[in-house]
Amino acid sequence: MVSKTTDIDREKVIEIKGLHKSFGDYQVLRGVDLDLYKRENLVVLGKSGTGKSVLIKIIVGLLTPDAGEVKVLGRIVDQISYRELLELRLKVGFSFQNSALYDSMTVRENLEFPLVRNQRRLTRGEVNSAVEEMLDAVGLLQTINQMPSELSGGQRKRIGIARTLILRPEIMLYDEPTAGLDPITCLEINSLINEVQERFHTSSIIITHDLTCAKAVGDRVAMLLDGRFERQGTFEEVFATDDQRVKPFYDYNFIQ
Amino acid sequence: MFITLSDVFQFMGRFFKEAFMPPYEGRELLKQCYDIGYKSLALISLTGFITGIVFTKQSRPSLAEFGATSWLPSLVGIALLRTLAPLLTSLIAAGKVGSSIGAELGSMRVTEQIDAMEVSATNPFKFLVSTRVMACTITIPILTFYTALVGMLGALLNVAMSEGTSARLFFQASLESITFLDITASTIKAVLFGFTIGVVGCYQGYYSSKGTEGVGKAANSSVVIGMFLIFIEEVVSVQFFGLFRT
Repeated sequence: MVSKTTDIDREKVIEIKGLHKSFGDYQVLRGVDLDLYKRENLVVLGKSGTGKSVLIKIIVGLLTPDAGEVKVLGRIVDQISYRELLELRLKVGFSFQNSALYDSMTVRENLEFPLVRNQRRLTRGEVNSAVEEMLDAVGLLQTINQMPSELSGGQRKRIGIARTLILRPEIMLYDEPTAGLDPITCLEINSLINEVQERFHTSSIIITHDLTCAKAVGDRVAMLLDGRFERQGTFEEVFATDDQRVKPFYDYNFIQ
Repeated sequence: MFITLSDVFQFMGRFFKEAFMPPYEGRELLKQCYDIGYKSLALISLTGFITGIVFTKQSRPSLAEFGATSWLPSLVGIALLRTLAPLLTSLIAAGKVGSSIGAELGSMRVTEQIDAMEVSATNPFKFLVSTRVMACTITIPILTFYTALVGMLGALLNVAMSEGTSARLFFQASLESITFLDITASTIKAVLFGFTIGVVGCYQGYYSSKGTEGVGKAANSSVVIGMFLIFIEEVVSVQFFGLFRT
């Protein structure tokens, strides 16, 4: 498998400087510095509990940092009003690890929910066509009237991504997109992430510890070690090391 | 304890801020009114009817000692409207509706559905909390008067079978003893009880944590705290409205 390469604009859409976050006495992030460039797929790797999900939750304003600065599309996230944060969130999509579909709503209603609340002037016909177009983009138009409980894990992930994409965000944040899925479905999700980047021109951060996914979707890889990004670069650059904190990761995924 | 109280007051403050500011979630409000009100009707009807029958049957011997069984319609009417209907309806709603709200929102919290609303630029507080609190505040008073009516029918059945009193006479005697103050006090109490059930259920669910254990705890706390507060509010309101009766 070959790492993907895309023409990446050097314009920064996310800038993170000196980010710290603790939960009680446990210091999760200890001075994280990271940039995401326009139209780039950046994969964040790290062991469980190293703060990968915490990082993207801070980016989208679900958690507040203890120290440091997170600038998204030129706005410092923890210094803007709630109304401004809502406006910023329209431009930042977040795909949850467990999909977080609204389980009392059908697939159609799940996709309509963010759309009708943020674009109240849309007609019923426009809403319907937007929902159908997005479901078609993720290849699940046939599930439109099903409940989330009737879908497989892979389908739920796809619907979760479609619900996020319906607002046409500039940035996508994927939290463990392939977690808990079989290898074939993982490949489908990897293809979908690349398709999203190409079709919707998004910049993305993909949180994962699946190196197959990292290699397939990442233009750049950053490895979170001891609360900091100590290794960043292409997939090959990051793993060209004898660092015993990094090497077992590669060995487990590709040798075992 | 004081930290929690301050959180609850902040929560109520946010409700008043969000509920009356556009955009409004009218469709969701109607859905919640249907779920909370209409779907509670069967349970409320059964409880109200049985209460009417039992209360009348248990009161008769005491009144009969003084030869005052003709006062039964007035006694039942006043008791139902002033206390039994608001209290019964609210306690049933605290159990049925409060636990349901606590569990539903708690489950949405632990499965990140509330976070999903946040990140899709939707205000989950307005959609989930404001609508449920408003729906409780609107429907509990309506259910209270419905319980009073059903309870009176139960009482009528008992009185008609024992004394052969006609429905017209029964309702005439009952309604003559009910004052405007009784109706006002009952309405205010029911509004307060409904608001309490909504706020407690939503607060417990919205801030629940610790996975499935947290969901169970949220549902349980919604019922226990809700009922406790309703009893306290009942005692305070009885004292308060008593001032206007003397």
